[in-house]
Amino acid sequence: MGDSEVAELAANPPSTVDTVLTMHDVTIAYGERVVVDSLNLAVKPAEKVAIIGPSGSGKTTVLRLAIGLERPSAGSILIDGRYMWHIERAGVLVPAGERQARRARRPVGMVFQQFNLFPHMTARQNLTEPLIHVLSLGKEEANHRATDLLSRVGLATHLDHRPAQMSGGQQQRVAIARSLALRPKLMLFDEVTSALDPELVGEVLQVIRELAHTTSMAMILVTHEISFAADIADRVIVLDHGKIVEEGPPSIVLREPRSPRTQQFLRAILER
Amino acid sequence: MPLGDAATLKDYLPLLLQGIPITLELTFSSIILVVISGFVLGLGRSSKVRGIRWPSAFVVEFFRGSSAIVQLFWAFYVLPFFGIELPPYVAGVLVLGLNGGAYFSEVVRASFASVPKGQTEAAAALDLSAWFRLTRVVLPQALPLMVPAFGNALIDMLKFTALLSLITINELAYRADAIRSVLTEGGEVYGLTLLIYFVLSLIFSFGVQRLEYLANRWAGRGELTRRGPGRKGKSGVPRWAFPSRS
Repeated sequence: MGDSEVAELAANPPSTVDTVLTMHDVTIAYGERVVVDSLNLAVKPAEKVAIIGPSGSGKTTVLRLAIGLERPSAGSILIDGRYMWHIERAGVLVPAGERQARRARRPVGMVFQQFNLFPHMTARQNLTEPLIHVLSLGKEEANHRATDLLSRVGLATHLDHRPAQMSGGQQQRVAIARSLALRPKLMLFDEVTSALDPELVGEVLQVIRELAHTTSMAMILVTHEISFAADIADRVIVLDHGKIVEEGPPSIVLREPRSPRTQQFLRAILER
Repeated sequence: MPLGDAATLKDYLPLLLQGIPITLELTFSSIILVVISGFVLGLGRSSKVRGIRWPSAFVVEFFRGSSAIVQLFWAFYVLPFFGIELPPYVAGVLVLGLNGGAYFSEVVRASFASVPKGQTEAAAALDLSAWFRLTRVVLPQALPLMVPAFGNALIDMLKFTALLSLITINELAYRADAIRSVLTEGGEVYGLTLLIYFVLSLIFSFGVQRLEYLANRWAGRGELTRRGPGRKGKSGVPRWAFPSRS
């Protein structure tokens, strides 16, 4: 970020009132290739946002930016009012490092397409280890919370099983429970059912649906399950080539989209 | 050595066998250094910091690129001229340990690299510290991948200890040669010595296969059901390496 950009940010801070996530003119480029192009995004507490679009449109990158796994080439990201890659010093914003990102990403949780459970730990340990080492909970309390969460996703009987002993749907549910354990304010779901056998998709979607209806977490779902997105999302964003081409409530975006690109995309998906 | 030139197996066997504990001691001392230096160099070479990565790469390439015997001679005969006098045992274990460690470091590096990136990403997303990520997430998954190479290194060490006879250490190969030089009919000593090395390395092989099973089980892979394996367990480890289950 150049000095002028930094100064401008300080003079005109993006509105952070009441947002869980704010992305302000976020760009990320790898050499010549621009993956996310000057993106502006704001997610309010308890809001459910679905992001859809063709592959390569930058959807996953947006999620990775939101949890700090990627650093933007330009622009700023705020989580719950806290800058992720900047620190304020004497009224001016200066670029910060990993440590600031670590502090900022605390309220965010992420569930991955490939589950990414720790294979050498049981389901229970996959939850208790972060609880003990990140939230500094005692062993008993961690165990209690782990058991509770795994029961909520319907896996009470698999507490002491290793990931290799569970189906994909079960593993993904453990992954969801693991992220929930840290009580995030914002949950990111990155195509969480795309790697599952079709008959296992339903159980995972059901868990997410319950979360949407019973918790006050904000959620961003990158998904190909259009009907599911229509069902639980408050807002749908269509991404193409790193830019938002359409944004609005599901009833409009998915039934009567205004952008030709969206129409093209939806037609292609629904004609399968 | 109190042997006449017409001594028989009965006479020299005790002398020969006394070399075994020495050989084993050298092997185990060296392998410890192999593992330690292998990890240090392997992790050093994977570091993002150039100041750590380049020296590590240099040390690895140096030890791999020059012959172990020459390194041994240099450590024992040349270093004294620089004021460093190493007792033969120390020089021997040091060279074997660093030499073997240089080779093993490549295995360490590759094992760490083959742990899926998603693991570190999930750990980072959960806000687990870098230390936790390294020691509690990546390392346990990398370790089983290193065991076969470790087994190879162990057997290599066993054979390499014979080189230490060149710097006056009185281990198995040294004794075999000493005995042969005294006897008129010295051929059978060598045959016997070969046999001893072979039996020792066979025992090591069995031990390593058992270690492989244990490491895989610890890392959550391979045979986990109570039924027990078939002729070969899922992880390719033979049946006798498993604890007996009904």
